Amino acid sequence: MKTFVVTGLAILPALLASSAMAADTINAAGATFPAPIYQKWFGEYKAAHPEVQINYQPIGSGGGIRQLIAGTVDFGASDMPMKDGQMGDMKVKPLHFPTVMGAVVLSYNIPNVTAILKLTPDVIAGIYLGNVKSWDDAKIKAANPGVNLPSKAIEVVHRSDGSGTSFCFTDYLSKISPEWKSKVGVNDSVQWPLGLGGKGSDGVEGLIKQTPYSIGYVELIYAVQNKMSFADVQNASGSFVTPSFKSVSEAAANSKEMPDDFRVSITNAPGKASYPISTFTWLLVPSHIADPARKKAITGFLGWMLTTGQKDAEGLSYAQLPKAVVTKVQKQIAQIQ
Amino acid sequence: MATSSAAHPAKLAKRRFGGDEVAYCFTLLFAVSILVITVFLVWELWVHSSPARGKFGLGFLTSSLWNPVTDQFGALPFIYGTVITSALALLIAVPLGVGAAIYLSELAPPRLSNTLTFLVELLAAVPSVIFGLLAIFTLIPLMREYFEPALQSVFGSLPLFSGHIYGVGYLTAGVILAIMTFPFIISVSREALMAVPREQREAALALGATKWESTYDAVLPFARLGILGSVFLALARALGETMAVTMVIGNDPKIHASLFAPGYTIAAVIANEFTEASGDTYLSSLVELGLVLFALTMIINGLAQLLIVLTTKKGSAKA
Repeated sequence: MKTFVVTGLAILPALLASSAMAADTINAAGATFPAPIYQKWFGEYKAAHPEVQINYQPIGSGGGIRQLIAGTVDFGASDMPMKDGQMGDMKVKPLHFPTVMGAVVLSYNIPNVTAILKLTPDVIAGIYLGNVKSWDDAKIKAANPGVNLPSKAIEVVHRSDGSGTSFCFTDYLSKISPEWKSKVGVNDSVQWPLGLGGKGSDGVEGLIKQTPYSIGYVELIYAVQNKMSFADVQNASGSFVTPSFKSVSEAAANSKEMPDDFRVSITNAPGKASYPISTFTWLLVPSHIADPARKKAITGFLGWMLTTGQKDAEGLSYAQLPKAVVTKVQKQIAQIQ
Repeated sequence: MATSSAAHPAKLAKRRFGGDEVAYCFTLLFAVSILVITVFLVWELWVHSSPARGKFGLGFLTSSLWNPVTDQFGALPFIYGTVITSALALLIAVPLGVGAAIYLSELAPPRLSNTLTFLVELLAAVPSVIFGLLAIFTLIPLMREYFEPALQSVFGSLPLFSGHIYGVGYLTAGVILAIMTFPFIISVSREALMAVPREQREAALALGATKWESTYDAVLPFARLGILGSVFLALARALGETMAVTMVIGNDPKIHASLFAPGYTIAAVIANEFTEASGDTYLSSLVELGLVLFALTMIINGLAQLLIVLTTKKGSAKA
């Protein structure tokens, strides 16, 4: 009887060892928001370079950062830049490579209102702080003359799961509202002052569609694909801008000077045509890769992604990087030792 | 004789390795694996929750603060949400499920009983995310437009039924959990009722009892253990259910008096926040929530066992 137990235990490590020695693929993990384009890129790049097999797991930005710090992936991906504290924990410093851009839009469901709403920063912060409670609030009316707004309570919807989308939105709110900054702050999940939480973009969409007089935030791509109505937002220059690839690219182009490590927020960017709730998404690559074959494969992919790869962006509803940013990012590839 | 002595060791080998010994080994291995997995699970949860346990101590259980920005975490709103939604689910599902099981096993014509039982088992096999979708598109509007306003108009003076009606919230989560758990109650209770010996019924009828009297006085007490078992099975499912609940509860980590208000459960917050949680305190707080859920399940199961012991003392049948 004992023999059986011992044999069983002896087989286990053998099985584990054989799986660890499996093929030499590059492993990456992280953000879900850019996952569709990453999958397409890795597939296309493998078709052109059969020796490079990149395996991407969309487990979330936080998960991607954790796995990168733990050293279980070759590179990570995130919708938010890494914090100083997180980078300080690492022996090999990671480099941030912007890949594409996206926007967060405010989607709403007000029965019998077909006009596209215009929202000011003051109103958006007011709604999410609970200061603006009703759709016929004087501040909303002032920005939307001629729209017959009902006297109904605003049902606020937010993401319940940790998300780069929430990070971008709370980053924007913190910039436009000192009250938000001190009371709530910026993170991929925060303590929301009020409202209902939906799991994932589809959860938020479900709540907005099922709840009359509601408002919530989702990624631009998601709102477009699901034919949700979304608001024009007043930017830092005072003009109301419709979210689109173009107005997102404008925000990146007009954003204040790009820092050398690309850890930059482009929310509330200046410029008449900039959409204010926009963000980059990043690949997080270690600045030192010991294995020369891996280093060659990863740098090769990064170079390809910044040129040929960018053309895939708009087909999948992401905004391309502005030319100036691409030139600057290309220089960073050389920093990988 | 010569052949038999040669065959003897072979026979012995056959008995040893073809039958009892092998079966004993393997079944023992399987049984031990349950223990190993449980111990390993608790150990892992304990180890990985150590930063949160160190930082918050027992205050974790009594704090209502859940703020990932300032790294302050407390479990109370989630414990409250988990307990209240499961209690609501049982409140609805137990009378419904036991009633249906009695009808199916005792009163219904066999043909109808077979068809309905098949449907019930089908219902028990539906994945929970499907129930969640059903809830978003059908249950939430029904609750918001009809049930909750009706409840409020009658009981509105009580804090439980006052306040703003969202459609999502504790009550809606309780209702979807009831819908998900009552097939288990029906299925297991029906089996228990069917297992009651025929003589039990016949004896009651022979003493002049009506059909219902025989069911209520002779059959139900006999099947009580099985019925209780079905309730605890349902409760276990309700406590740990994740997907369907997170889709309808509103995911708000605060404690609200009103059943119409949004809330949160332990399983739902782990599913929602685990993938994106960065930082040791945050992650280990989520793991500690898992530990709390485990403990909660243990406590409730313990109370259940106690209940069984207390009721069988006076009861008429032993398992």
